[in-house]
Amino acid sequence: MDNFKVRTMADMMAAGEKPDILFWVGCAGSFDDRAKKVTKAVARILHHAGISFAVLGTEESCTGDPAKRAGNEFLFQMQAMNNIMVLNGYEVTKIVTACPHCFNTLKNEYPQLGGHYEVIHHSQLLQDLLDTGKIKVEGGTFKGKKITFHDPCYLGRANDVYEAPRRVIMRLDSLMVEMKRSKSNGLCCGAGGAQMFKEPEPGNKDINMERTEEALALTPDAIAVACPFCMTMLSDGVKLHNKETEVKVKDIAELIAEAIDL
Amino acid sequence: MLSQILFSLFLLAGSYFFASKVREISRNIKLGRDLQINDRPADRWKVMARVALGQSKMTSRPVAAFFHLLIYVGFVIINIEVMEIIIDGIFGTHRILSFMGGFYDFLIASFEILAVGVLLACVVFLSRRNLLKLKRFWMREMTSWPRTDANLILITEIFLMSAFLIMNATDSILQSRGADHYVLAGAFPVSSLLVPLFNEMSNDGLMALERFCWWFHIIGILAFLNYVPYSKHFHILLAFPNTWYSKLEPKGSFTNMESVTNEVKMMMDPSIVPPPVAPGASPPRFGAKDVKDLSWKQLMDAYSCTECGRCTSVCPANITGKLLSPRKIMMDTRDRLEELGNGINKNGPDYEDGKSLLNDYITPEELWACTSCNACVEACPVLIDPLSIIIDMRRFMVMEQSAAPAELNGMFTKIENNGAPWQFSPADRMNWTES
Ligand code: SF4
Ligand code: SF4
Repeated sequence: MDNFKVRTMADMMAAGEKPDILFWVGCAGSFDDRAKKVTKAVARILHHAGISFAVLGTEESCTGDPAKRAGNEFLFQMQAMNNIMVLNGYEVTKIVTACPHCFNTLKNEYPQLGGHYEVIHHSQLLQDLLDTGKIKVEGGTFKGKKITFHDPCYLGRANDVYEAPRRVIMRLDSLMVEMKRSKSNGLCCGAGGAQMFKEPEPGNKDINMERTEEALALTPDAIAVACPFCMTMLSDGVKLHNKETEVKVKDIAELIAEAIDL
Repeated sequence: MLSQILFSLFLLAGSYFFASKVREISRNIKLGRDLQINDRPADRWKVMARVALGQSKMTSRPVAAFFHLLIYVGFVIINIEVMEIIIDGIFGTHRILSFMGGFYDFLIASFEILAVGVLLACVVFLSRRNLLKLKRFWMREMTSWPRTDANLILITEIFLMSAFLIMNATDSILQSRGADHYVLAGAFPVSSLLVPLFNEMSNDGLMALERFCWWFHIIGILAFLNYVPYSKHFHILLAFPNTWYSKLEPKGSFTNMESVTNEVKMMMDPSIVPPPVAPGASPPRFGAKDVKDLSWKQLMDAYSCTECGRCTSVCPANITGKLLSPRKIMMDTRDRLEELGNGINKNGPDYEDGKSLLNDYITPEELWACTSCNACVEACPVLIDPLSIIIDMRRFMVMEQSAAPAELNGMFTKIENNGAPWQFSPADRMNWTES
């Protein structure tokens, strides 16, 4: 990366070091062009805050979340056990990830298979860094702008994390507006449960359009997301409404990274 | 004396039939897979107190919550009055609890006020269903029976409450006239308003009317009691155990399939010896095809469902016009279980009818539309988990039938080969650091 090198667990191990935290990038974060920008933002923030972190790099593999939710428990457990072997091999204790699906699976479903880690979502890490003053934000581009936040199901309802992303957005001195369906009542973007990987069943509308319309009705300057799947779904929705110049879809990590000029 | 005998017979018959139906339902629930749920009892009591007793999940819809609360409190409190009726009925006494004096007056007065509350609530609920035709009561799965069921209960409650009030009105007139047997007891803030309607009547006429209402009220209650286990109104009982046994883990945490864990461990390490299989035992199914493959808790969920449709009205798939309705998943599960249970009643415990929940009731199209977003689980006022059934049925389709949609099979293959659900090389995982 720009002015620093992202290190892998293998590099660190070879140098006899151990990071404080493992950054679990996830498949979307590694391969999806839009999500990669979020990954970079997270890495820059971690570096900027002086946190010693590492990634698994080529040793990382899909957590198995889409397989499990599609009903393929075999594939899920194969993935999980292999990942747990790698993680335990590096004696990982703390993990941060920008994907609520990885977060949920690592946190709630790996312990049953022998993987016990402290897992946090990047919204929680960001909140902590802001609260403890390790990073300081002065409004930035989004100062005074109208922002709405779309709750990812696997962060919100699945794990009751509603406040952390909101506290992060508040730091931008922006005008936070809530959609009618928010927090525990939030509406899915349509990608969870392996829907991301297939055509939706027939209906009168795609779920992401329903959600995007609800967000656009607030005429926000930006729709903040905290999940790579929501990012894809809502960006597509905004594009289909030809609003991509007026309304930005941004991950909360990007908002913070922009605000501190990273 | 005759009326006492008659009453006791009614009471015995009513209780007997109710108990047999409850026993049958409990047997049906036990047709489900075994599951141990007894951890964290303190938390479980708390959840039950908050959600079932305290109605905490109702508040998201304040209008319904208010009127439901009237009926709920009315129902609970009125049981004290039913107790008195039962004692009076068996022993031929009249208002046996009246020795409590001022407190008794207070009780009777509060029953009357609650009775009006219940009446009002029933009228409001009937209008919402039949005049306003709220969408969630008129969806695809709300065929004529579920709609009739709801209406029957509401109308019965109106009749029962009216009988109670007329009974009190006539009783109070008889009391004031010093009629034999009618001890002076109770306070009648509401029924006293009805007194002018009956004041002209003779003592005999009043007694006949009072007795008629008394019998109508108690037989109505016994009939109602026996109707409840056949109806969505069974939730008034099952809400309590169902919340007690509800999932305490985060909603995102799906069940871990131990049977799969063993197989995967053997695949990864061939030196592991498979656990011995009892001779003659067929290996358990992966996932759920029929109700017997679901856990008893999932089956209890089905009997607890009150068909309110809160789950369906927040389901993103349903909102956007897909076939999936989590309420229908629960109703289908119950209907199928009842069907199987009836077959077992007739033909013995090994009865199989060749039908199954999957396909005969629930189609793959419904199941594949779920985003696993947990909105239905969050919305349910009695903590039912339709999502767990959906996932168990997907497990069956994928692991037993290899019947996932083609795109999902493609996704599985990519995860197996590349460690990602997309077609990318694992070697490129660090590419994001470069550009
Ligand atoms: S979990 Fe599935 S069934 Fe429940 S609300 Fe979400 S999409 Fe609908
Ligand atoms: S599952 Fe719960 S929310 Fe859905 S209809 Fe039944 S009781 Fe209502």
